[in-house]
Amino acid sequence: MKKIFLRYSALSLAVILTAVSCKKKDPPSTTEPEPTTGKVKMEFFNNVGGSSLNLDNQWYVNEHGDSFTVSKFNYYITNIVLTGSGTSYTESNSYHLVQQSDASSQSFDMTDIPVGTYDSVTFMIGVDKEHNTSGAQTGALDPVNGMFWSWSTGYIMLKVEGHSPQSPSNLVEFHCGGFSGLNSSVRTVSMPLSSPVSVTGSNDVHIHLTADLLKMFKSPNVIDFSTTYSVTMPDSNAKKLADNYANMFSITYAGL
Amino acid sequence: MKKLLIIILLGGLAAVASLPGCKPDPSIDIAAPDTSLNISFTVPDGWPQPAYTFTNNTLTQAGFELGRKLFYDTRLSKDNTISCGSCHQQFAAFAHLDHNVSHGIHDLLGTRNTPALFNMAWQSSFFWDGGVTNIENQPINPMQNPVEMDQPVTEAINKLSADEQYRSMFNTAFGSDTINSQRIFKALAQFMAAMVSDNSKYDKYIRGESGGELTAQELSGLSLFRLKCGNCHPEPLFTDDKFHNDGLTLDPTFNDTGRIRITGNTQDRYKFKVPSLRNVARSAPYMHDGRFSTLDAVLEHYRSGIYVWHNADPLLRQNIGMSEQDKADIIAFLNTLTDETFLHDPRFSEQ
Repeated sequence: MKKIFLRYSALSLAVILTAVSCKKKDPPSTTEPEPTTGKVKMEFFNNVGGSSLNLDNQWYVNEHGDSFTVSKFNYYITNIVLTGSGTSYTESNSYHLVQQSDASSQSFDMTDIPVGTYDSVTFMIGVDKEHNTSGAQTGALDPVNGMFWSWSTGYIMLKVEGHSPQSPSNLVEFHCGGFSGLNSSVRTVSMPLSSPVSVTGSNDVHIHLTADLLKMFKSPNVIDFSTTYSVTMPDSNAKKLADNYANMFSITYAGL
Repeated sequence: MKKLLIIILLGGLAAVASLPGCKPDPSIDIAAPDTSLNISFTVPDGWPQPAYTFTNNTLTQAGFELGRKLFYDTRLSKDNTISCGSCHQQFAAFAHLDHNVSHGIHDLLGTRNTPALFNMAWQSSFFWDGGVTNIENQPINPMQNPVEMDQPVTEAINKLSADEQYRSMFNTAFGSDTINSQRIFKALAQFMAAMVSDNSKYDKYIRGESGGELTAQELSGLSLFRLKCGNCHPEPLFTDDKFHNDGLTLDPTFNDTGRIRITGNTQDRYKFKVPSLRNVARSAPYMHDGRFSTLDAVLEHYRSGIYVWHNADPLLRQNIGMSEQDKADIIAFLNTLTDETFLHDPRFSEQ
C-alpha cells in the first residue's frame, strides 16, 4: 500500500513539474545545476535635454523656441529583443506602458534570459498590429490605461500633453497612434548597448534607456507648436512626431 | 486504492494551480468550457465564414449569460439609467424605434442612428464609419461616450465588483471572480456575436421550407431587389460590409463626414457603412442619421433624391429607376426579411 502510495506521489510530482515549467528546462537533479538563465532589469528615464523631466511645474523650450510644460508623458515599449554573439532573447508577452506619473512603470525585470553576452537591444515604440486588432486586451494593454482610442480601434503609442503659450489653444496634445499604413506611429528601434553585458544566473544586469523629450520636437522634423499643437489621429503630423521619437531613446547605462 | 490515487492526483493538480505559473498572455483570457450549452453558434448553410470566430473567447453558456446581464445593466452608465438595451430594443431588431439619433443619459443626443444588432459575427467593422474593427473593442465606445453612457470603464468595474452575483458569474465564466475590462468586453462579445438572425420568411424560401412560400409580389420584389439593390446589399447578409456614399445631402446640423474621419482619405468623405436589410421593416428609422422614417421614403430617395457628390459611388451616380409598382414590390420583399424567431428569441431578451 505504502509502496503504491509513493509511486503515485512520485507520479503526481512529475505531473506537477511538467505542468509548471513554461519552457523546456533541465530535469531536476540532486546537485545544484548551473543556471542557464538570468535576468535583466530595464529602467527608463525621461529627460528634457540634460535634466530629468518634471511634470506640470517646469518650463522647457523646444527646438523651435516655443515654451512648454508637460503634464503627461506615456509610451508603450514592446517586443523587446536582446541579441549577442550566438545568443538572443525575445521577451514573451512583451508589453510595457511607461508613464512619467508612475515610477513603478519605469522599470521591469526581464527573466528567463539565456546566459550569455548581449550587445544590442531592439524594441518597438508602440503596439504591434496583432494586438491592435485581436480584441480586448488586459495588463499594460488594458484600455482603462487611457492609451486606447475607442472611436477608431487602436492604441495611442505615445502621448504627450502639456501647455504652451505659443499654441492657439494654449495646450499641446500629441496622441500618436495608428498601427498600419503610411501614417503608422509604431517605430522599431535597434541600438547597441553602451557596453556588452554578461547575463549569468547569479547577477542582475541593468539596462538604462533614456528618452529625451526635446528630440521628439527636433529631428528630423522641427515641431512648431503654433501650427502643430493637437495631434489626435493618425496623420502626417503624427508620422512626423513618430519619425522624431524613433530617435529619442539612447542607452545611458548597461552593466551590473 | 483508486480513491487514494484520485486524491493524490487532485492534490497534485491543486498544487499546480497554486504555484506561480506561466506569465499570462495579456491577449488571452480563455473561458472555462461549459458542457451544458444551450447557446451555440453555427454558420447557416450557404453563408460565408464569420469575421469573429470566438478565438480566445470560447462561447460558453456562462459567458453568454454574463454578457446578456451586462447588456441589460444600467449600471454601465454613469447615473444608472441607460443600458445597452435601452437603445437596442429586441422588438426593433436591437435598433431604437422612432429615434433618429441615439439618446443617452440626461436626454443627450448623439449624431447617428442606433444600428440594429444581429449577425454581427460577420461584420468586419462597427459603427457607421467602421472605426472599430473587432466586436470586443466596440462596447467601450458607447460606455464612455459623454452623450451615451458617460462612464469610465473603471467606474463600471467598481460598481460590478461590489455585486456578489457578478463576482460569481465572472468566476463561472472566466475561472476567477476578477472583474476587468477584458472580461466585460469578452462577455459582451459572446452575447452579441451569438445573435444570429437567419429564420425569416426569405430564409425559409431559400431553404425550401414550409412557411417560405413567397407571393407573386414578393417574388417580383426579390427579382427587382437583386437587380437594383443587391450590389450593396448582397444576400445572404444583405450588406457588402463596405462603405458607400449613398447620395444623401449633408445635414448641416450633424455635418457628419462619415468614413473619412477614420481613414483621413478624401475619397471616403460622406461614405457610411452599408447596413444589413434583414429585419429592416422593424428597425425604422433609416440611414446613418435616421432621416427617413419609412421604407417608402428610403426607396423614394434612391428613386428620385440621389445627390451626386464629387466622390459619388460608381454604383449610385444617378437615381435608380423604379416604378411605383416596383417600389411596392421591393417593400413587400423587404418585409419577408423580418425574422420573428429572432425578434422574440428569449435567449436574447432581458431576464
